[in-house]
Amino acid sequence: MALDTGTTAWLLAATALVMLMTPGVGFFYGGLVRRKNFISMVALAFIAFALVSIQWVLIGYSLAFGQDIGGFIGNLQYIGLQGVGMDPGEGTYPPLLFMAFQLVFAAIAMAIVTSGMAERVRLSAFVVFTLLWTTLVYDPLAHWALGGGWAMQLGGLDFAGGTVVHISSGFAALAVALVIGKRTGFGEYSLEPHNIPMTLLGAALLWFGWFGFNAGSALAANGIAANAFVVTNTSAAAGALAWLCASWLSGKPSSLGMVTGAIAGLVAITPAAGYVTPLASIVIGAMAGYICYRAMLFRINRKLDESLDAWAVHGVGGLWGAIATGIFAIAAVSGYSGLIEGNVNQFLANVAGALAALIYAFVVSYVLALVVDRTIGLRVSEEEEYVGLDISQHGERA
Amino acid sequence: MKMIKAIIRPEKIDFVKRALEEHGFFGMTTYEVMGRGEQKGIPLTYRGKTILVDLLPKVSVEVVVPDSDTDAMVNVIATTARTGKIGDGRIFIIPVDESVRVRTHEVDPTMKQQ
Ligand SMILES: Nc1ncnc2c1ncn2[C@@H]1O[C@H](COP(=O)(O)OP(=O)(O)OP(=O)(O)O)[C@@H](O)[C@H]1O
Ligand SMILES: [Mg+2]
Repeated sequence: MALDTGTTAWLLAATALVMLMTPGVGFFYGGLVRRKNFISMVALAFIAFALVSIQWVLIGYSLAFGQDIGGFIGNLQYIGLQGVGMDPGEGTYPPLLFMAFQLVFAAIAMAIVTSGMAERVRLSAFVVFTLLWTTLVYDPLAHWALGGGWAMQLGGLDFAGGTVVHISSGFAALAVALVIGKRTGFGEYSLEPHNIPMTLLGAALLWFGWFGFNAGSALAANGIAANAFVVTNTSAAAGALAWLCASWLSGKPSSLGMVTGAIAGLVAITPAAGYVTPLASIVIGAMAGYICYRAMLFRINRKLDESLDAWAVHGVGGLWGAIATGIFAIAAVSGYSGLIEGNVNQFLANVAGALAALIYAFVVSYVLALVVDRTIGLRVSEEEEYVGLDISQHGERA
Repeated sequence: MKMIKAIIRPEKIDFVKRALEEHGFFGMTTYEVMGRGEQKGIPLTYRGKTILVDLLPKVSVEVVVPDSDTDAMVNVIATTARTGKIGDGRIFIIPVDESVRVRTHEVDPTMKQQ
């Protein structure tokens, strides 16, 4: 096939859009921590981005998208990007561009995980953990769901990486939080966000970038991309309003709740974006806002310091998205039917894929965090935590 | 009258506010400050090198009270803001000549409000 300039142009733009989401996560999280850890939170996102960028080029892309080995992992055929070229070959865009598009997904997943270690992670340990996590958790999961692995062979639907990026990072954040322990003072005195407008700005970057994430995952500039674009926005809006209402009923309708709901809606629509209608996306987004809100309350009641709610929003929201895709997929959109059209198998394949990813991500992340903790120590000293990571890890002040 | 100026740990401000309220003291001015005490800060060790983080964030709480309330007030603050570790803060007691309520021109309105 010949290179399609429309598709190629759109994928170039979509890749850049998704890139912006990683610092977006940094600013979103950065506003939520205390001022003394603001730089740290943004820096972790950038460091994750840089590390994964190099890892992906050297080995990650090959592990995820190389020829399948036993359904579990890709082989090393693309190591150092050999054989990943400019010529579109069978496709309509350069494989090199596809590699870059997938790279920005791998990076944001790692940035989301920083929620579970916020305000207490040792920088050197973070670097090691990032390299291990992206290689041993993200790359296999990407292979299962996107690179020809067992979940893909089973027929699970995941349009834009809801399982790979969101379920995995959300449950990884929970695992890390359990290993690293609570922040000093958690549950004793308030650890309030220091800059909500910064978080709102981060949310804006995420919402904007998500058009590249989902509509770009059509891998074409076509009608499915347009469908993904529309349901993405609709679900975000429904999620924002649902969380706003839920928090209004029990107090004030907070702006923070609203954008968190929008992100819950974005997370949930991610696996579904190419398979469901705009009307279904209202239900998916609104349910996501409500479910993730309840998940957050559950987390708080259980006194779990998964500090910035990646688990509640990305983990639980991602799980709901995978289930919702199995329910609401309809043939009229792209030929796939879910439970709503009587296709139980599609539903089961989706649930199986999501649960497997959840368990794998949680268990392996837990073990990796434990290994890093026992060897280099995941956590900073008490004094370093007290003066804040900006000063203690970066020698800077916000 | 005295001004009690307490420089305390930021994470203690909510506790101090609540305790003062319970003892009937409501009026106060607070602001975030950076400060250094006797130990000149907190030493952190990096690859064998010691770096001193000298100015640390604190909260300054100012309350003006009649002389007779001074001891009680100092006591409330000193017990609630204490952790027992270095850097718990300092309380300065400063004489105040006069206080005027802007709305009514009252001089020395009662410091303890009903
Ligand atoms: N001599 C001083 N003059 C003005 N402010 C002071 C002085 N000493 C301390 N402070 C203020 O009080 C804050 C808390 O000081 P700190 O608790 O370290 O006092 P300390 O005398 O060193 O007691 P400790 O031995 O318990 O640390 C400082 O950050 C600073 O803002
Ligand atoms: Mg001191």
